[in-house]
This record gives sequence, structure tokens and C-alpha cells, in this order.
Amino acid sequence: MSVAEQIPNFDEMFDADSAIREPYRGYSGWYDEQEPAWLERKNSEADESFRRIGITFNVYGEDEAEERLIPFDMVPRIISAGEWRRLKRGIEQRVRALNAFLYDLYHRQEIIRAGRLPERLLRGNDAWLPHMVGMTPPGGIYTHIVGIDLVRTGPDEWFVLEDNARTPSGVSYMLENRETMMGMFPDLFSRAGVESVSNYPRRLARSLAACAPPKCEGKPNVAVLTPGIYNSAYFEHAFLADQMGAELVEGSDLRVVGGRVQMRTTRGYEPVDVIYRRVDDDYLDPLTFEPGSVLGVPGIMDVYRSGGVTIANAPGTGVSDDKAIYSFMPEIVEFYTGEKPLLPNVETWRCADSDSLAYVLDNLEELVVKEVHGSGGYGMLIGPTATKKEIRAFRAKLEANPDNYIAQPTLSLSTCPIYTKKGLAPRHVDLRPYVLVSPDGIDITPGGLTRVAMKKGSLVVNSSQGGGTKDTWVLKD
Amino acid sequence: MLGRTANGLFWMFRYLERAENTARLLDAGLRMALTRDLETAEAEWRSVIATLGQKPQFEAVHDTYDGASVWNFVLREKSNPANVREMFAAMRNNARTARTNISSEVWEAVNENWMKLDKLLARPVSQGQVGEVVSCLRRTGTQVHGALDGSVLRNEGYHFARAGTFIERAESTARILDMKYYLLLPSLSHVGSSLDTGQWDQVLRSVAGSSAYTWLNAGQIDARGIVEFLVLDDRFPRSLAFCRSAQRLNLAALARMHGKEGRSNELMREADMDMSDLTVEQIFENGLHQFLIDYIARNAAIADAIGEDYRFLS
Repeated sequence: MSVAEQIPNFDEMFDADSAIREPYRGYSGWYDEQEPAWLERKNSEADESFRRIGITFNVYGEDEAEERLIPFDMVPRIISAGEWRRLKRGIEQRVRALNAFLYDLYHRQEIIRAGRLPERLLRGNDAWLPHMVGMTPPGGIYTHIVGIDLVRTGPDEWFVLEDNARTPSGVSYMLENRETMMGMFPDLFSRAGVESVSNYPRRLARSLAACAPPKCEGKPNVAVLTPGIYNSAYFEHAFLADQMGAELVEGSDLRVVGGRVQMRTTRGYEPVDVIYRRVDDDYLDPLTFEPGSVLGVPGIMDVYRSGGVTIANAPGTGVSDDKAIYSFMPEIVEFYTGEKPLLPNVETWRCADSDSLAYVLDNLEELVVKEVHGSGGYGMLIGPTATKKEIRAFRAKLEANPDNYIAQPTLSLSTCPIYTKKGLAPRHVDLRPYVLVSPDGIDITPGGLTRVAMKKGSLVVNSSQGGGTKDTWVLKD
Repeated sequence: MLGRTANGLFWMFRYLERAENTARLLDAGLRMALTRDLETAEAEWRSVIATLGQKPQFEAVHDTYDGASVWNFVLREKSNPANVREMFAAMRNNARTARTNISSEVWEAVNENWMKLDKLLARPVSQGQVGEVVSCLRRTGTQVHGALDGSVLRNEGYHFARAGTFIERAESTARILDMKYYLLLPSLSHVGSSLDTGQWDQVLRSVAGSSAYTWLNAGQIDARGIVEFLVLDDRFPRSLAFCRSAQRLNLAALARMHGKEGRSNELMREADMDMSDLTVEQIFENGLHQFLIDYIARNAAIADAIGEDYRFLS
């Protein structure tokens, strides 16, 4: 096995002398035994299979909707059992802190009283929901499903790049990538001991059921609330509902009847206990938030407050996804757990501070600058790859509204090889593990979703910007 | 099950059936056009459009009834909002709506064929390609029904799917027959006299019944035989009698599962009472056309009642 391109950074498969690193040895042995022509055929089959299953996302152009595939790469990303154990501890700690933080923000705000978090961060935060103040969600849980985005820069250097406590998406890709890999290369799995991910939907169903509200009688009724078939992530909503054995509902199926949220079935209205909603806060309840919303349920917030329904994730959770809050996560973790964070943040300059702003403006060519509320890789500047003109334009935006931005060093993200017709080629990757939280505990699925920048040298892994995905393996001991 | 999901299943299978029936109609029309003179061919294409109830829309954009205009209009033209391409997209959207209540086998059969057909219909269809389109449509029906039969739970969802299938199929057979009923008129006085067999063969073909009819009647085509076959013979899966028996079973199963009967069961019982002892003679005596119009109206009323009984929309 050889490398088609030179690698300037930490590669997870090859070390500096092009030798195979330990976790990849089994895979590499298998790969070398395969006929190149056969591999090439398998590679094109994968696309066809994704299309047939319908794992697509919708992109709306000017004319009509187009269904696109997220590119899939058939070389797995492999993590050793030992590496995973360390990551898992760090993730668990962070998620515990996130829930405690959200509870505190909507109750006594001890962290602000203690002077560890400036109050202005809440006032300027669009995701802050005054309606949630003083209200405790069933089981005291705010973020039932969390995605923690991790990046790696060296053998033991992992960082948290982003917390997705609001609505982490993409878990269906984690599951379908594994299905596809097992379908294409069954012999590979019989050889390597890989931790299973396929029971995620059942664990999700169990975790959600464990968060049933006080008014629930008997076995909790769980439903997935989707904006509908035209939503870009509809495939995932339907997929999860199907795999969980839960109803897939739209706002128009739900109504508040007798103090409960009920769904219109062929037998009449039946209560729903737990709603895994994939609808934004603003659209949840037209009586409380966006009055024109047809995606939500009028009156659902009143039912929620009276313990008639569980909304997962809780409204107002998005407040912690804010990138200015992110920059305080080390303090937050320490404040609520009394421990040093096991997983470090990426160094972050808050442009709201004048000293930081001055530094950022002086070093724009080297930095990544992000909008505080942005996501999906939009509205950001990657200094080293930006043109002079782009930097000039960004500088103006930054000077006009510095509070709206944070900056980070351009990390030399780890690479993992992708399959190309010319051979394996290194591409930058990140990792989003999925975490489930219920009163029964914190449950982390081994691995998660590896996103990969398909373009040579690119650091942007977002699917909306041409990023792809890989199957992620955690090896058994 | 959600009322909206039930509605999705019902319409998914109506659109599937409608697309398949439209394909057969085009196929029969094409065959007729190839074997007859220009004038008969034009009349044939005219009747295809009329059977589909698309005359005003067609004439708004086309002056003549030539084959290529007709099949392109029916299959893919944007000026026809009920074109087959749209029908297929609607079928697939309904399948997506009901995704949690169909098996992945059913979904993949729908999705795979939709991908094929959508590509086939992206550009105008030449005479050489019509056959391919028609067989793709027919194959979709076969595969989706096969997947449903072999992989789907026999719960209410299954019966909503079947209800949609038979509502649509009964309507289609009745419409095809009604469009040609006048051909039977000259022969009414002397039953048994020979008809324009080509025309009738075309009707039988458009309901996939040509060879079944030939087997049952040893090749003898007459008015009595055709009406008997398409209306009253409950062995033929596209006859009105067959659709009625199948629908009776579906609606009874739904009532059983829900622990109560609704308006749809009541209407079904009335239909059974009026039709169980019906003979060809009675149908001709009261007028075939009138019979078919009443049948279509009753079929539509049953469809509405199913939607109300099971809260499809509200």
C-alpha cells in the first residue's frame, strides 16, 4: 500500500515514514489483497446504493428541488479501543457539564453570579428563551441528543471544535454508512473486531422513553416531529422514526386536547408523551413564538410547562451552541464538574474583547473567523485560503460588528485517506460522536460520524460545502 | 396509525395504479395506431385523451391528435398537470410521507423505478422509447405490489394501500368501458353478432384482459361477453366485480381493526345489495352508460367515506 500524495500533517493511517499505524494494520492488510478493478467497481456501486435507499438531502434552487447525495468514501476511519476510552470520558464530562449549565442558566444563574460568565452573553443570544426561565423539563434534562464535534491534530491531541446541543443531525449517515460497508465488504468485518453502532435507534427510543413527562400513563408514546417531506433532513427524520418504531408526525397531525398533546390517528386523537422534534424553537408553538408557523402545535408550550409532554431537545437549549459561549466551555466544565476539562477547546479569541479584536485584525491571514451564531460552514473566513479581496471584505464586517465573531487558529487537522482512482489520498476529517442523555445515564455510541473534506487541502468538511462522510470504526480490545 | 399517513398510503397506491393504467391505455393506443389507417389512429388517440379526462387541457395546447403529441402530453408535458411524471412524483412523495409504514422493500421498489422513469421522461419521448416507458410503468406496479405482498405487516396500513388500489382500478376499468360503450349499441338488438373486434381487442388490452378473455370465450368477441367479463366476472382481477369483492374484504378488515363500522362500510353494503344478482341483460336494459356513470359516482363516494371514517384530513 502506498500513499499517492505527500502528507504535511498528522495522518491517522500513515506515520511520517509511511508505515501503517497500529489501528489501520488489519484494514491495510485486507486492502492490499483486493483487486484494484474490483475496488473501483465497489466504489461506484456505493453511490447507486445510497440513491436507491434514498439517503439524500434536498437542495432548493431557483427552479425545482434537487436531491443530492452526500459523497461517501469507502475507506473507514479507524479509532483504537484505547483512544476511544479517553475520548468517551471527555465527552461524558462535557455533556454532563452542558446539561448542568443549561439548568443553571434557566434557574439561579449561579455561574453569572459567581462572575465566571458575563451576563451580556445571554442578552445577545438569539437562542435564549425567557419562556424557559424557572421551568424544569421532565427528568431535568435539556439536551437529550448531543453531537460533540471533535478534531485531531496529533497522536494524542483531540479538541472540541463545536458543541451541538440543539439538534445534531447526521446520525442516519453514521448508521447507513455502516450498513453499506457491511453490505459491500462482509469479509472485512468478519476479520476486524468493530464495535457495533446499529442499535443506536433502539437506544434512542429507550432514552427518550425514559424522559416521559409526569402525566404519561403506561408505556410512553414517542413521536418524531418533522417539518415535512420538503425539509432537507426529511430522510433522517423518517429513517429514525422507522427504526425506533415511533410515529413520524407533522405539526398538522398534532393538537392540544384536554391538556395533552394528541395526534390524529385513524381512531381519533391519542396522546403523545415524548416528542423528538426536528423543528426549530421559533416554530414550535405559534401561540408563544412565531405566530405564522404552521410547523408547530398551538399551545404545546403550556402543555410542556404543566408536565404533559416532553420536548427533546428542550426549547432554549441552543443557547449553548453559541460560539461565544463555546469559548467559555473550559470554565463551564470546571464550574459544574469541579474537574479540569478532559477534552480541550480550540484556542478562541472573542472579538468582543478589544485586545483580542486587535490581535485578530492583525492576523486575519492566519486565522479562521466564525460568526457567533453561524453554523454549517457558512459566514466564516478561512484566512490562509482566502483571497486578499475576501479578507478585505471580511475585515469590514468584523470591524462593523466585532461582537458577532470569534477567531481560532487554523488547525492542522488530521487526515485520513480516501479512495481515489489513483490510489489512497489524504483528506482532512473531523468526528461527531452522538450522545444520548436520560435520567438513566449518558450513552455514547462508539464512533460517530466522520466528515471528510473531499477536495485536496480543503479544511471544510460540511456537507453543504461539498464534504463527504466515512464509516467510523472503534476497534474492540 | 396517523390519519395523514393512512391518506399517504391510500394515495400512493392510487397513483401507482393510475400510472399503470395510463401506461396500458397508451400501449393499446399505440398498437391500434400502428395497425389502422390514419383516421382511425387519430380517433384512437382522441379517445385515449378523453378516457383520461384531459380533453380541454390537451386541446388548449395541441391542434391535432397525433401519437407523439398525445403520449408526450400524457407522459410528461408541463401543460398537463396530471402527467405521468408528476403522478410518479406524487406516488413517491406519498411513499415518503408513509415511509414508516411501508417496508424498505416497498420503498426501494418505488424509489428505484422513480429514478429510472424520471430520467426516461426528462426529454421528449420518441416512438422508439414509448415501449420502454410503458414497460417501466408496468414493472413498477408489479414490483411494488409484489414487495407489499411479501414484506408488509397486514395491519391497517396494508388495507389502506389495497383500498386505494381497488378504488382506482375500478374507476379506470369503468371509464375505459364507458368510453367505448357506444360501440356496443348497434349490436344490442342481436346479441352475438360480430363487433369491430380490433376496437374491442384494444379495450381488453388496455385492461390487460385480452388473453384471459380469449381463454374464457374461445375467441368469440361479442357485447354480452365483454360486459360480462369486465363488469361481472369476479375471476378477472381488473373487473368491477373483482374490485368490489376485494374492497369489501378491505373495508371489513379495517372495521374489524378499529372495532366499529363507518359510512364506507354502509355504502359498500348498499353496493353489494344492488349488484350481487345483477345480470348482463339488466345492465343493457337500463343502459350500460347509465350503469357505468352510477358506478363511478358510487366508487368516488366510497373513497370519500374511507377518508372521513379514518380521518385522512381532519
